[in-house]
Amino acid sequence: MRQMSFSKNRRREKAVNTSDVPAVSTHLGLIDRLGRWRVRWGIGRNRYRVPPGLYRVGTPDPSSPVLVTANYKLSFDALRSELQGVDAWVLVLDTMGVNVWCAAGKGTFGTDELVRQVETTGLAEVVSHRKLVAPQLGAPGVAAHEVRRICGFKVVYGPVRARDIPAFLESGMRATDDMRRVTFSLGDRVEVVGVELAWVVKWVVPIVAVMVLLAGGESILDRTRTGMLTSSPILAGVLAGVVLVPIFLPWIPGRALSLKGAILGAIVVGAVLALTPGVHSVAASIQVFLLGTAVASFLAMQFTGATTFTSPSGVEWEMRRALPLQIGAAVIAGGIAVVRIFGG
Amino acid sequence: MTGFAYIRGVTTIELDPLLCNGCMMCIKVCPHPVFEALKRAVAIREPDLCIECGACALNCPEDALKVNPGVGCAAAILKGWVMRSKPDCSC
Repeated sequence: MRQMSFSKNRRREKAVNTSDVPAVSTHLGLIDRLGRWRVRWGIGRNRYRVPPGLYRVGTPDPSSPVLVTANYKLSFDALRSELQGVDAWVLVLDTMGVNVWCAAGKGTFGTDELVRQVETTGLAEVVSHRKLVAPQLGAPGVAAHEVRRICGFKVVYGPVRARDIPAFLESGMRATDDMRRVTFSLGDRVEVVGVELAWVVKWVVPIVAVMVLLAGGESILDRTRTGMLTSSPILAGVLAGVVLVPIFLPWIPGRALSLKGAILGAIVVGAVLALTPGVHSVAASIQVFLLGTAVASFLAMQFTGATTFTSPSGVEWEMRRALPLQIGAAVIAGGIAVVRIFGG
Repeated sequence: MTGFAYIRGVTTIELDPLLCNGCMMCIKVCPHPVFEALKRAVAIREPDLCIECGACALNCPEDALKVNPGVGCAAAILKGWVMRSKPDCSC
């Protein structure tokens, strides 16, 4: 009896003291929600992190699953808020505050970091099984067979979206086809539009301000009107390329984002010209049309980085074709402007 | 065909069917319906849906898959051209 309790104590000494593992709630508080809102506006996004390491959700025991995530707080929050009623360990990798999919592309959410966290947290002493549930979108950085070879843990790829994790765990870690597919719904796209707009506003506002300051006119109202008119191709380009292309994405003809942008840019800038008859000369109309279409096409092409379906080979293919046209159109528009200002 | 269609005939994904052991890991990690499960191997069904994330090639224990991985992001590629380096996204 004495012998037994002695060996039990020794084992406990060797094992990781799991009461030291920080517990996290599945509930997002006001600060979490404010933080989410803030980083969506691009404020302090690169500093929105949680310390890497092991956490617990609910009351996990040695047989509970281990869920792996990144140390971007938005990723961490997205995971824990879906774990109501789940008892699990959460292993947070140091991705330098970058989300799972992007970090996997860079390799920071990767084999080496996963193995490192398994070892530094003493995970093998915390759990009795040898399974890690990694998010599927972490797979571009993690070689499952390598992780197993190095540290003995088998990587099971979980669903793409955190909200499917309870169902995935309940079904004995089986993901349905739907759980494995990345989608890009209207809701997703609208959310991205907000993020892109927050970024674009930072350089569009100064441009419009400069245009207004440079504009001639009798009154402030006059100057503002002229300044807004001068910057109308840029504003139309932003509206078409940053807002309308993402929203109407599946319904706009063409496969290249730059083509979709040019089509909507031409429509929006055409509408602007049609709604302001007599304001622009023929030369000025051509100038506005070319610049607006080029800006819309360029900005829509930038949207490739926010989509879920563009390949680097495809993006390069369209850039090699679209970029010379966009630059050409902008140069011709600039040429017309110079001739109008200094030649007329 | 499901999902969004992007530029056709440009992706770099290749499968060596002789090396495939049918473990289906590629099907598990692929976020799009690129692969098709055959009896004891996989086949590439929709190469145009491939986003070249590299997950399948990295997780293939037999090295049966090859792809030139990267991010499908114009800003990253542009930055790579300007800096004469590899495409780098700042996201």
